[in-house]
Amino acid sequence: MRDLTERALETAGARGASYADARVVRHEGRSVTVKTGTVAAVTMGEGEGVGVRVLVDGAWGFTATRSLTPADVDRAAADAVRIARASATAIRHPVRLDDRPAAHGSYATPVEIDPFAVPLEGAIQTLLAADETMRAVPGVAFTEALYDAQREMKVFAASDGSHVEQTITHVGGGLEANAVRDDELQRRSHPDSGGGYLAAGYEHFEALDLPGNAERIATEAVALLAAPQCPPGRRTIVLDPSQLYMQIHESCGHPAELDRVFGTEASYAGTSFLTPDKLGSFRYGSELVDIVADASAPGGLGTFGWDDEGVAAQAVSLVREGIFVGYLSSRETAPRLGLASGGAMRADGWNRIPLIRMTNINLLPRPGMSLEEIIADTDDGLYLHTNRSWSIDDRRLNFQFATEIAWEIRGGALGQMYRNPTYTGITHEFWRACDAVADARSYRMHATPNCGKGEPVQTAHVGHGVSGARFRDVQVGVGKW
Amino acid sequence: MVAVGSEREVLALAERVLGYAAAEGAEQAEVLYMGEESALTRFANSEIHQNVAESSATLNMRIVFGRRIGVARTNRLDEEGLRRVVESAARIARLQAENPDFVSLPEPEPIRPVEGAFAASTATADPERRAAGARAVIASADAADVLAYGSFATAVETLAVATSLGIRAHQVSTRAQLITVAMGADGEAGYGEALAVDVEAIDPGAVGAEAAGRAVRSRDAAPLSPGDYAVVLEPYAVADMVDHLGWLGFSALAVQEGRSFMEPGRRLGSGLVSVCDDGADPAGTPLAFDFEGVPKRRVDFIEGGVAREVVYDSLTAGKEGKRSTGHALPAPNPWGPFPLNGFMGAGTASREELIGGLERGLLVTRFHYTNPVHPKRAIVTGMTRDGTFLVERGEIVGPVRNLRFTQSYLDALAAVEAVGRERRLLRGSFGSVVVPAVRIGAFAFTGATEH
Repeated sequence: MRDLTERALETAGARGASYADARVVRHEGRSVTVKTGTVAAVTMGEGEGVGVRVLVDGAWGFTATRSLTPADVDRAAADAVRIARASATAIRHPVRLDDRPAAHGSYATPVEIDPFAVPLEGAIQTLLAADETMRAVPGVAFTEALYDAQREMKVFAASDGSHVEQTITHVGGGLEANAVRDDELQRRSHPDSGGGYLAAGYEHFEALDLPGNAERIATEAVALLAAPQCPPGRRTIVLDPSQLYMQIHESCGHPAELDRVFGTEASYAGTSFLTPDKLGSFRYGSELVDIVADASAPGGLGTFGWDDEGVAAQAVSLVREGIFVGYLSSRETAPRLGLASGGAMRADGWNRIPLIRMTNINLLPRPGMSLEEIIADTDDGLYLHTNRSWSIDDRRLNFQFATEIAWEIRGGALGQMYRNPTYTGITHEFWRACDAVADARSYRMHATPNCGKGEPVQTAHVGHGVSGARFRDVQVGVGKW
Repeated sequence: MVAVGSEREVLALAERVLGYAAAEGAEQAEVLYMGEESALTRFANSEIHQNVAESSATLNMRIVFGRRIGVARTNRLDEEGLRRVVESAARIARLQAENPDFVSLPEPEPIRPVEGAFAASTATADPERRAAGARAVIASADAADVLAYGSFATAVETLAVATSLGIRAHQVSTRAQLITVAMGADGEAGYGEALAVDVEAIDPGAVGAEAAGRAVRSRDAAPLSPGDYAVVLEPYAVADMVDHLGWLGFSALAVQEGRSFMEPGRRLGSGLVSVCDDGADPAGTPLAFDFEGVPKRRVDFIEGGVAREVVYDSLTAGKEGKRSTGHALPAPNPWGPFPLNGFMGAGTASREELIGGLERGLLVTRFHYTNPVHPKRAIVTGMTRDGTFLVERGEIVGPVRNLRFTQSYLDALAAVEAVGRERRLLRGSFGSVVVPAVRIGAFAFTGATEH
């Protein structure tokens, strides 16, 4: 593929680009969906293409084509230059990039069992077995079981001499049991809603133990039909990692994206309350809150060797002892704050331009109490488990989440199960009310494999390392039920 | 920008692939071709910051042995890629368990071409034209002393289906879309959007002026306590409601799984509410057939407030011994059929009459980041955004800060008091919707934010 990237860069330079980069990407995927006893979908997919990004007169242009013939690569590079010249007619601040060192090398996700070398029959049988176990629980209305493996092989080259090759492999799987009675619909999932993903091989799917968790979630889904509605009030809540990862995603990961801060996402997902004047001084959370964007975290969906601008993977502190200290950034945005790129530019395939995306946004565990010990340490509260719904305002302040299930905590013990739990708050008020973060014993990597951003919309795979935490005085039970 | 392949070229390619499938021993086979030439110019802080173009095509191969189905897809349309996609689909089908719900791929039906799906001006739109559009939006923002943010996109889409049962369907469509948020120095914001088949139908300066004017009127927004308020929802907010109801309940699979609120004859809304899907209506983004090559039939979901019917694909239709309504998504599709051409019936009220009927309530421009809290009851939470105004005694009093709502969209339909006579063509989450503004007697706002 090196000849193609070199050709694209030469053509772009000859047409007047002051900077150019090219990514040739090959993608393959396999997935299986079992629905209520039937193998509803087995898919194999593959695709390839090249994206060429150029700077001309301080303005960006980008063109992507699925055709890898030399003539079409030339055409894409030339079109990118033409587009950049059109962009230059409506810019007020020419783009300047930081001076990162040229990147060279290769990276591959560590994989024990290559998911593309394993026959699909094994995954299908595992899913069918788990599905059958769920459906054996009386009251279950419909079920779903998922296996998914994705691999991306990409070559990045830039006009500064950078050339890196990467192979990223992601594997996921999950279960969902649904119970229905009249207007009530209850769902339980394992390990997370939408499945559990890691940057890993087929061994991750095996470790999910879907058959071993099928009866439990099916039983809980049916039990939720008869459980009382989660009562409203201001409560202490303990968030299981299966919900806390989504809280971090929406209320810390997205507002720390520096392109959002500078307004370039304003017309789509909005801006951010974490404005540069707050950097280094704003109390985002309690002293227990340490949040890091770590592109080198083992197993994370946001783990890579270099980002899609050729910046090496790194760990960037976003919140340290509760103080907001850092952003997810790019070669274009970081210099505006006098910083070097934090290496967070990622593109959703060959046909998309890289944007600032989350890598792995991790809430670091705190030595002290395990998650179970935090629950035992709570006199009166709610334990919320497994994300069901999420929403946050366009500056990432007012949020509302729903979880699949909650249990009352009384005197340090779990008791009454509740259905339809919800909670809401303002981001910094909520994180300042965090008075316990679980230790490393419950710390594990979760994932959001469907993070949407940008126009045309891009879907990113991002990771979240998290152990669980407790928050005081939170509004729960929102809405009329 | 040009269409991806002529009808003759695309269908010839599909015929070739069907031949490979026959050689593999496929009892039935379907080739779905989706081509796209698209471009998007994005601006923020009143300057272009992103400008992209894409040429892509995907071939989706479905092969059937008895009731065993395999699907593979590729964007490699060379000989090796085509042969491999057929082999992959056949391999998957052979290792599959039988799907007891599968009856057959659809039989061919006459497909009536739709009017108004293609505009040459959109197909030939170039980067200079989009940049000029962006500059026009920015000029409107400049005139109001606010900044412009948004995007201007054009696309040519080719959809073709060929099957071993004889379906040969091909359509080239165009789409142009301009969205913009105008923002002032204190973060006051306004929104404007236009969607059209023909880029000539979009006036960027006017869309920019709509957003800028709304931003100016949003200055110095006052806090407002959450609670139940009567509302007038602009079409942008109504689009979210129709879109959500589509994927929560208007699908046969949702009904079959027991997760839909749809029951024929059940009263869901006030008598003023009618919602349908119509791929042939040129007021929308017309599409003659679905991703299985079945002609689209108009489906009335709600008529005069009463639930009627839902959309089907071949799988859900076969399960009930019915015919597909032409609403399949690309195979394999575990999510079920989906309405891509939503319409809410127009009423008789002018915008002034809608607002004039509010004794005390809110005028809401649009919703932001909506998500179902309880799918079967269609309880959705989200925020208001880009222009929320307090109305008293029929007059706009002034802007208020944004509010969170947690509201059953079904209950909202039941409380519709008036429907606007003007409708707008707007984007849906996948397709498009044509919707009016509405006045609703009570809407539950459950939280507030700082802006």
